[in-house]
Amino acid sequence: MCAVPHAKVALMAISSRGFSVKSQVGFSTIALLCIFALYLPIFTLVVYAFNDTDSMSLWGGFSLRWFKSASHNVAIQDAVLRSFQIAIIAATLATAMGTLAAIATTRTAPYRGLNFKYALINQPLIVPEIVTAVALLIVFARIKVWTGYTGGAYLVAAHTAFCIPFAYLPIRARLEGMDLTLETAAADLYANPWNTFTNITLPLLLPGVIAGYMLAFVVSLDDVVITEFVKSGGQETLPTYMLGQIKKSITPEVNAAATFFLVLSVLAVTAFYFISRKKH
Amino acid sequence: MVKSQTAAVDVRGLSKHFGEGDTKVIALNNVSIVIGENEFFTLLGPSGCGKTTLLRMIAGFDFQNEGEILLYDENIANLPPFKRPINTVFQNYALFPHMTVSQNIGFGLKMLGKPKPEITARVSEMLKLVQMEELKDRKVSQISGGQQQRVALARALAPQPKVLLLDEPLSALDYKLRKEMQIELKRLQNETGITFIFVTHDQEEALTMSDRIAVMSKGNVLQIGNPREIYDRPADRFVASFIGESNFIVCKVEKKTRGSATACLPDGTSLTVDCPVDLELPQPATIAIRPEHAFISEKPGKNQLAAIIKNIVFLGTDTHVHTQLSDGTAFVVRQQNVIGEKPLQTGQNVGIRIADGAARILKD
Ligand SMILES: Nc1ncnc2c1ncn2[C@@H]1O[C@H](COP(=O)(O)OP(=O)(O)O)[C@@H](O)[C@H]1O
Ligand SMILES: [Mg+2]
Repeated sequence: MCAVPHAKVALMAISSRGFSVKSQVGFSTIALLCIFALYLPIFTLVVYAFNDTDSMSLWGGFSLRWFKSASHNVAIQDAVLRSFQIAIIAATLATAMGTLAAIATTRTAPYRGLNFKYALINQPLIVPEIVTAVALLIVFARIKVWTGYTGGAYLVAAHTAFCIPFAYLPIRARLEGMDLTLETAAADLYANPWNTFTNITLPLLLPGVIAGYMLAFVVSLDDVVITEFVKSGGQETLPTYMLGQIKKSITPEVNAAATFFLVLSVLAVTAFYFISRKKH
Repeated sequence: MVKSQTAAVDVRGLSKHFGEGDTKVIALNNVSIVIGENEFFTLLGPSGCGKTTLLRMIAGFDFQNEGEILLYDENIANLPPFKRPINTVFQNYALFPHMTVSQNIGFGLKMLGKPKPEITARVSEMLKLVQMEELKDRKVSQISGGQQQRVALARALAPQPKVLLLDEPLSALDYKLRKEMQIELKRLQNETGITFIFVTHDQEEALTMSDRIAVMSKGNVLQIGNPREIYDRPADRFVASFIGESNFIVCKVEKKTRGSATACLPDGTSLTVDCPVDLELPQPATIAIRPEHAFISEKPGKNQLAAIIKNIVFLGTDTHVHTQLSDGTAFVVRQQNVIGEKPLQTGQNVGIRIADGAARILKD
């Protein structure tokens, strides 16, 4: 589970739209190698989820027993539910804040310190995750002592914070490409600033907002490092649960849970994709 | 001529600058214009003279540094754009890409909170006015440039604004479509009775379409008048050269009576000229003469300018004869082509006669 690099690749794909390397020598070979490297592990993981034995390396025939046992495992149910709850809330908050931040940093004449603000917003992309994790651990530990509150809000807050740049960047890209005279035209046609935002800016921004939400959602869903440091006792998400299992005795039940998780994420992302296509 | 005595828009002492210090650009310099109700009024001037800036102040997209803008005697200079009953046709149309043709046209009425049936009725009326009924449910990306232009017009006219602003609306169209739209715009203005403020840098477009024209240069209004006045009696050298073509000759003003004067040309010829400006005598001045107000005679005579033909350009109905006066000044004569006429030759020595009242002294 390597959250950030995946999402970074996705971000790079967004920012380098229009660039083609297809004509370069050796492109197909490298592409095949990459696909192999990316998908072979996933393929293996999924196949062994259907293994009939206790082993993660010896094939003992097809079976659904690990799915059954995983679905009856209360700890897994709990972790999956928590993962999705956190991802939904964090992605929603991050997208809302990312949208506001994107508007504030694009609908303005450039000024001294604007680049510094970009850097501040994108800080989670720059600072190593482990540093943030340790810092949050220390700060939240203090707050926990002061307030006595140890609920899920810490995880939500942490996830929201590191999801913001993933929501912000695609929204900003979309805003920068938007024709400003459209907003002027709306104002000319009696739309006050709020109506201009809801009738013109937001609908045109929607593909960016959906892309941002999707990225934030996925990044939150499979975060390990920060979650591991911030969570209180019993607040496992699926990734941290699986990490915990691997440290102990390991069975294909983990594969089954991971496969289930994979299917859910793919479904969620596909759903977003179709929603965004339908709108445009 | 102002069509009616009521002033729709009264711009008073409007100034606008961008930037400060070294980078300061004066976009409008103390501009005052009164535009009558129901007028087709044109702002004409070269690129960068401040036309768009003036339009943006009237629409409320930008705010003046000084001055007021009255709309039917009410000062609107500090109202935001969505509170001004003025609509704009943008140069790039600025149609909303996520809406259909009908939704675009209805947007203003919807924002004004009009009831649905009224919006529907008004939108179909507008669709009819600009002949776009068949394409009403298309997305605006699925219609041609000329059709987008019509939608932009309909969208701006639908809320029945008191004034319609048009910023070079025809400049993106090809020649034929542009000519059609010129006629179309005049028709729309007549049918709707709305005051139009039209911006162009094309003097021919301005002359053919406008009731009155304001000629602008470098943030200043140089002259306001109907097309005939502007063409026949340009206020200064810039107007005379920007609108139509003019020949300029440096001369000495000798005698001056009311409105006219006697000018002595470098080769000794003297001419009676229009003189709208106050001059201390004798004084050097520039006179302007339109190419179509000068005539070539093959034998130089009295009160004619001696010239030599340098180049002859055939233009179909007319011919441009490029000549050089004895002191080296270039002078163009526009002649109508007549069948059976003996053709002129380059290098020929000729005389140029100036029509009575055609020469005019200009401020520099
Ligand atoms: N937002 C702006 N910032 C700085 N300078 C501007 C701005 N808008 C216009 N100008 C300057 O003001 C002058 C007039 O511009 P404009 O009104 O657009 O001219 P026109 O429409 O007649 O071509 C130009 O010199 C232009 O560079
Ligand atoms: Mg302009």
